[in-house]
Amino acid sequence: MFYREAGDFSTSYPEDSQTFPIKFDRIRYYIVLAIAFLVVPFIINDYWANAILLPFLIYAIASIGLNILTGYCGQVSLGTGGFMAVGAYACYKFMTAFPDLSMFINVILAGVVTAFVGMLFGLPSLRIKGFYLAVATLAAQFFLVWLFNRVPWFYNYSASGQINAPEREVFGIIVTGPNTAAWASYLFCLIFVTFAAIIARNLTRGSTGRKWMAIRDMDIAAEIIGVNPLKAKLTAFGVSSFFIGISGALFFAVYLGAVEVGEAFGITKSFLILFMVIIGGLGSVFGSFAGAAFMVLLPVALKVIGVDVLGWPTDIVAHFQLVIVGALIIMFLIVEPHGLAQLWRLAKEKLRLWPFPH
Amino acid sequence: MEDGYTTADGRKIGAVVMEMKNITLRFGGVVAIKDISFDIREGEIRAIIGPNGAGKSSMLNVISGFYVPQEGEVWFHGAPRPQLRPYQVAQQGIARTFQNIALFEGMSVLDNVMTGRLTQMKSGLFAQAFWKGKAEAEETANREVAERIIDFLEIQSIRKTPVGRLPYGLKKRVELARALAAEPKLLLLDEPMAGMNVEEKEDMSRFILDVNDEFGTTIALIEHDMGVVMDLSDRVVVMDYGKKIGDGTPEEVRSNQDVIDAYLGVSHD
Repeated sequence: MFYREAGDFSTSYPEDSQTFPIKFDRIRYYIVLAIAFLVVPFIINDYWANAILLPFLIYAIASIGLNILTGYCGQVSLGTGGFMAVGAYACYKFMTAFPDLSMFINVILAGVVTAFVGMLFGLPSLRIKGFYLAVATLAAQFFLVWLFNRVPWFYNYSASGQINAPEREVFGIIVTGPNTAAWASYLFCLIFVTFAAIIARNLTRGSTGRKWMAIRDMDIAAEIIGVNPLKAKLTAFGVSSFFIGISGALFFAVYLGAVEVGEAFGITKSFLILFMVIIGGLGSVFGSFAGAAFMVLLPVALKVIGVDVLGWPTDIVAHFQLVIVGALIIMFLIVEPHGLAQLWRLAKEKLRLWPFPH
Repeated sequence: MEDGYTTADGRKIGAVVMEMKNITLRFGGVVAIKDISFDIREGEIRAIIGPNGAGKSSMLNVISGFYVPQEGEVWFHGAPRPQLRPYQVAQQGIARTFQNIALFEGMSVLDNVMTGRLTQMKSGLFAQAFWKGKAEAEETANREVAERIIDFLEIQSIRKTPVGRLPYGLKKRVELARALAAEPKLLLLDEPMAGMNVEEKEDMSRFILDVNDEFGTTIALIEHDMGVVMDLSDRVVVMDYGKKIGDGTPEEVRSNQDVIDAYLGVSHD
């Protein structure tokens, strides 16, 4: 009843190939953007920023990155945590080496460095596929974490082996360090998320995206229609790592402030992002957001229900949380292997006909 | 014959586009293709036929760069072709379809056809990331070409359908559309009519003739249905056990004793 495409005709090819060809979707997208940019910053507080919004936004960038590689290009990667660490440490080095540089530039440079590292570790993908590639990226994960632990240059020879984000500004507004306002760090991350999503969507609806999907669906056929497999895979690794690097930089500088590499960017992080992508939906930018929201919100929601509503002891709730999240993941994979994005798509298809399905 | 010939139905056939010279292909001890030479002329429909395991598909794979022959040369446009990867062969203007459909199942029909245009799309990553300038113009221009092919093959109504949901006959047609979208100079069809019913075969034959007629595309095809081959093709190469046993117009091939023996069997006494 509310969701209609009737009367909504595309009269040119650019109109037909835009991100939201249906007017209703387009309007909703602008409303979401307006609320995120113009309303939320005024009502945000520290709890909402740190418990929900910042991790959601930052993980969303990482999921978009991994989704490009795994969902669109079909290359499984378990090195996400390691690549986030590259972003974080690159950002740290830029922040300390060039104190006057805008934080925007620091984060983007961190993404660029990660893109190159990602491409380097993507080189074996020309020869190996599937599980074997996953194992090769696992090697990247362990190697990178080991590297940042063992080479003191990366953490500027600090005694603790940790890296701490110094105070840095964007246009005079502090976005890192302990004195950051909640709205500033939120907006800072939101800008990156918005651009990441737009860029990812533009790339995936154009010729680059078709190359990636061709490689994913059938690499032999992709080669026969003129796709250079090495180039396509390496661009996927590069773009994917760029986003993952940005997310790692934000995770360290804006969200945590201080990082110990094995703890923050260990193998569990790689799996977390992979779960987000799978639960959200492979090959969908919206799915990346849905997956990130699911994995961030669910533990918080369970905690609120268990501790605040039911009054159970905190430790029991914490344990149940793990059990329930795990069970839900399995349930999701069985019920809808294509993830939340597919559920959303089905719901939209039903809505188009509702309430007269015949 | 040097500069081409005129077919029975009055079409002008041009100069040699591709020439296979003494191709030999071995897999270990197995000789798949043994010292085969033939040419493909501009504008003609060239059929390669033979019993199962004769080496027809291997021949096509040699042309499209999947297999590297141990001996012999592939000449393209009057010059020997260096060893190329399949994607480089595609960039030279050779498109093909596969015996068992090789479409991108997760993508829509339109996206599949658009992948055929990838060799023509050259905008950089940054232009594409912001969907501005060259990227946008190029997308629209190539979409127009793709839509022309979609019109031509009468698959407009399934444009946005994911390929995985289509029936077999339509998939074959979409695969042809993808190959045609590249506007190839030479089109290789590996059993375009395998597994089709009579009606679908008639449709497909009509499309092949139309492609040849309207776009002037040179076509090399492998087919088992003799009726189709004899009707469609201008010249036929016959292979058996990796060797060439016949080459000529359908009439010549039909009356060739070796060919009859290969197809009907011959008593060894």
